[in-house]
Amino acid sequence: MTDFLLYAFLAGIGVASVAGPLGCFVVWRRMAYFGDTLAHSALLGVSLGVILDVNLNITVAAIPLIMAMGLVFLEQRGFLSLDTLLGILSHSALALGLILISLLPDVRVDLISLLFGDLLAVTQSDLWVIYGVACAVMLLLGLLWQQLINITVDPELAAVEGTNVTLVSTALMLITALVIALAMKVVGVLLITALLIIPAATARRLSHTPEQMAVVASVIAMIAVVMGLAMSWYIDTPAGPSVVISAGVLFSLSLGYRRLAS
Amino acid sequence: MLLTLNGIHKSFAEKPVLEDVSLSLKQGEITTLIGPNGAGKSTLAKIILGLIKPDSGTRLSNADLNIGYMPQKISIDPTLPISTCRFLQLANTSHQACHEALESVGIRHLTKTPIQRLSGGELQRALLARAILRNPNLLVLDEPVQGVDVNGQNALYKMINSLAKTLNCGVLMVSHDLHLVMSATDQVICLNRHICCEGHPEKVTQDPAFINIFGQTTAIYSHHHDHDHNLHGEVLDDHNHQHGESCNHD
Repeated sequence: MTDFLLYAFLAGIGVASVAGPLGCFVVWRRMAYFGDTLAHSALLGVSLGVILDVNLNITVAAIPLIMAMGLVFLEQRGFLSLDTLLGILSHSALALGLILISLLPDVRVDLISLLFGDLLAVTQSDLWVIYGVACAVMLLLGLLWQQLINITVDPELAAVEGTNVTLVSTALMLITALVIALAMKVVGVLLITALLIIPAATARRLSHTPEQMAVVASVIAMIAVVMGLAMSWYIDTPAGPSVVISAGVLFSLSLGYRRLAS
Repeated sequence: MLLTLNGIHKSFAEKPVLEDVSLSLKQGEITTLIGPNGAGKSTLAKIILGLIKPDSGTRLSNADLNIGYMPQKISIDPTLPISTCRFLQLANTSHQACHEALESVGIRHLTKTPIQRLSGGELQRALLARAILRNPNLLVLDEPVQGVDVNGQNALYKMINSLAKTLNCGVLMVSHDLHLVMSATDQVICLNRHICCEGHPEKVTQDPAFINIFGQTTAIYSHHHDHDHNLHGEVLDDHNHQHGESCNHD
């Protein structure tokens, strides 16, 4: 196998492993639009990173995180519904990111690969970043798992029983920002939410506990990565969208599975 | 004394919700908080729970205060696969304790059922089971019989009563429905932003402030049902008389 394909495969598997459990929280907590907003702001992170000449990995994770904090602050002020706030911030961030990129003197940024991912261009150093961050995310999820489930079920009950809800939900936002920074390499800014939601929604029909659903979602995301890469290799389709459409196909199959089972 | 509130004030967006509220909750005593909609009952309950901070006033609690909370309602997204047993285990990881709690509220048979599939009455029982799981010395119940039919309400109140006796804990019950609650309560607090009147049920119902809010017609509810029903509405006959067919109901 050629190196670039191996790297693409490893990168995809690494991202899929964390996209599964995080995607479950996005589905359970109805955060799909929230995820979209953070993903769009990651593009702004790229352009700011280039302009300020800092490591892109840092700005790509930091801008969504700042955005998430801002959202929480604005929501608590309560003068607009969260839905409207997300709509405003999401598209403003996307537009601002696009404008800044277009203003860059020489074209050092490949816009299409940012928007739709460039899995086949993953380098060895990218792999180190992906696996390092994926391990950190897994560790955080593992440590906070019970508490994360608890605040997802009911934050007030969790608080009365002694869970620090603010701390745990802030940690979840941090995790989301990190995973978005990773997933950007695989499927790009516009398709990140799909990689989070579709495997989790597919896993729902096959699981009876939250843990089962998280693991099954990871496995489904991995299968989608392999299918997408194969598609890209054999019929020369763009890798990111191929991964997402593969996940979509798996979801449709899971609908049929339920019908067969019952 | 488990918990004492002193001169609590709370406003939301400059609109006062609670004004100079003071109360104390004691071990082994049932306190019922009643008041019309928008009287600030839930806000007061949340201050007692420590979920929100008052603008002024103090909340003093016993060092070993351990609260069991039964929220008014709970909505869990249907995409979260979680059984009733697992729902309880979020409060206390012991499998044994969860089974015992479910047993004591009479829904042991629903252990493995997804929590989203429970009926209104079953869900209230599951919430009650979770509230008693950590052996609390104070139970805070926010409208505990919501969405339960009248006979179910009566059964639920009886259950709360006997559980409170077993645990020997204090109980704060929030309700807008005074008929059913009052017969089993030690202290009634009638709230309408401020405390209008408080004391024993008999005393409170005669208070002009109470009559002003709830009207003259309200009397303490006493139940004349001489038999019980199980969860399916069938008569559980432990009396020495015959029931007609029409006595079975849901």
